[in-house]
Amino acid sequence: MRPVVLKTVELTVSFGGLKALNCLDFELCEGQFLGLIGPNGSGKTTFFNALTGIYSPASGNVFLYGEKITGASPNKVYDYGITRTFQRSRLATPLSVLDNLIIGNQRNLNFGLWQNIFDRKRFKAELKKQTEIAEALLSRFSRDLAALLFKPVSSLSMIDRRRVEVCRALISEPKILLLDEPSAGMTPDETRALMDELQDWRKQHPLLATILIEHEMELINKVSDTCVVLNYGEKIAEGRYSDVATKTSVRAAYLGED
Amino acid sequence: MAANRLVGRSFCGTRLITMSDLKTKLEILLGVALCVVVLYGFLYLEHEWEIGLLLVILPLAILFLKRANILSDYQQAARTIPRFTLISFIVGVLVLIVLLRDEHFALLMLTTVLLYVTVSLGLTIQFGFAGLVNFAAIAFFGIGAYSMAVLNYHFHALPDLLIILFSGLTSALLGALLILPILRTKGHYAALITIAFGILLRTFLEVNDVFGGPQGLKVGAIEILGWNFSDSFPSVLGGGSFYMAYAIMALLLAAIAYLLTRLIEASWFGLNMDSVRLDEVASASFGINIPRWKITAFMLGNFFAGLAGAIYAAMSGFIAPASFNFSDSLLLVSIVLLGGIGNAVAVIPAALLIVVLPEKFQVIQEYRLLLFGIVVILILRFRPSGLMPRGLRQYFPRSST
Ligand SMILES: Nc1ncnc2c1ncn2[C@@H]1O[C@H](COP(=O)(O)OP(=O)(O)OP(=O)(O)O)[C@@H](O)[C@H]1O
Ligand SMILES: [Mg+2]
Repeated sequence: MRPVVLKTVELTVSFGGLKALNCLDFELCEGQFLGLIGPNGSGKTTFFNALTGIYSPASGNVFLYGEKITGASPNKVYDYGITRTFQRSRLATPLSVLDNLIIGNQRNLNFGLWQNIFDRKRFKAELKKQTEIAEALLSRFSRDLAALLFKPVSSLSMIDRRRVEVCRALISEPKILLLDEPSAGMTPDETRALMDELQDWRKQHPLLATILIEHEMELINKVSDTCVVLNYGEKIAEGRYSDVATKTSVRAAYLGED
Repeated sequence: MAANRLVGRSFCGTRLITMSDLKTKLEILLGVALCVVVLYGFLYLEHEWEIGLLLVILPLAILFLKRANILSDYQQAARTIPRFTLISFIVGVLVLIVLLRDEHFALLMLTTVLLYVTVSLGLTIQFGFAGLVNFAAIAFFGIGAYSMAVLNYHFHALPDLLIILFSGLTSALLGALLILPILRTKGHYAALITIAFGILLRTFLEVNDVFGGPQGLKVGAIEILGWNFSDSFPSVLGGGSFYMAYAIMALLLAAIAYLLTRLIEASWFGLNMDSVRLDEVASASFGINIPRWKITAFMLGNFFAGLAGAIYAAMSGFIAPASFNFSDSLLLVSIVLLGGIGNAVAVIPAALLIVVLPEKFQVIQEYRLLLFGIVVILILRFRPSGLMPRGLRQYFPRSST
């Protein structure tokens, strides 16, 4: 088994009386592609928010490579190499596609006052590099989209915005990628293209560990190594999709059976 | 126009000198000349009927300008040939200053416009880029003015340029008092905090005898290399009102502030400030240190205001708490709103309109606040991005290779 990169122990997040996550034990290994599924409101997005420092857990811990990072701020989490997409797209819509992607590459930008304001030659060289990286990344996902690099995100279709969000999360070459329903609203063909590209990326970055939240079971079946099922903030099943899907508790959670 | 479409890409491509470049340059020169003539007439004329006549002609001129798309051409030019545009404008204002050299009042107004442009550029960084509302711009202007008065009095040996710089710094540093509350609150609350700060500052100055109380303080004139700015303009240079020196200084300050604002916008600094304004959660999730950029924007904006205040104080020769009213802060905010939030070029025409019009029309003067209230509401309702909406960020002008 490959080393565990991310681990949570009895992670609990509550909103008032509601426990959106309840004592969740969770493990993610290097290079693993994990599908996170569960009915609406089962706490999947809350889990991402707790990992990335947007919500602070009521109790329990998060470990990254064995180091405790519980309650770390979002910027800290990014610095550790964890990036994400948002269920409801959160791009800077008045800015260009390029700007949005560069924002995702904070880690590799030089923020020196001298270079940014006065030594514009060096800044231009860095901008050129960033533009090339962004363009290359976008064109992996869609050639048409790469041509829109200098267009405002607000002029893009919802589908393209999702692709930009995925690229923004990938551009800094993270160690852990959290995808929250990235293919929502896409046709099956578009979804397949997106997933193929993600698999391609993983081949080139074999250490990247991914968690994918997704409602489409076919997709989970196809792309995930293992999956975790949440219901009412608790983990009710875990393992290969084919095994998990046959479990009665899982079927009950989805179909509302007892 | 087709060539202009490519603007965003060209920094990797090579540049061709096209007819359209030449045409734009000519247009800019023509536009600047026209502005100089109109402004000269406007600032020079004294009687209301003369101005009224001008005002009849003005809408016709504006109609013509609109048909010729002059505002967007001007914005385009500021992006494609920034150096040329900036220099033409500086020369244009210099010509205007020389034309008006004996007109104290007109020069005073012109200087005020330029100082307000500088403050508005500070607001553009704060509000337009980082999304920080600041309804205390005039308070920071005032801090700069009082610093100038006090420092100039106590450290007369220091060069005045250094004192102006210190005044700007004082303004930025005192503004730091507000940073904690502003970082912790959002939207309306942050606005209320800045309003409260402005009122507190005024009260503080009024009750403090060190700062002259309600009667205020006298301020020494600026003196650079033995040239005392309160003397009339050196006759070797053609002579004229002492305001000329201040107008030129304010012009230089406005030009530098403009250049800095544009450079910030066209760098990672501006990018991160925009990101912070648009979505704090997403920004933080991509490693952006939100307080860092808010603090940078806030202090830089107040620094601009402080510098402008210092020059204003030296020019007036006298300052009192009553010179820094909340209504002036509103005026400054409305300049930014009218121009186009976050668009550095836009504050220039907006400042002109908002400062000069009421000075020339006693009728407006009385209902100034009411009128600006209406203007602001109309803008927010019908044209929220202002007269000249800000465009996409452009890191480099098209014309540089
Ligand atoms: N900020 C919040 N404040 C209060 N309650 C919240 C908040 N965020 C989530 N919740 C609640 O926590 C529960 C889990 O929500 P969450 O968004 O994590 O579900 P989800 O599994 O992502 O669902 P979906 O599939 O619909 O996206 C829900 O009951 C939701 O109402
Ligand atoms: Mg969700």
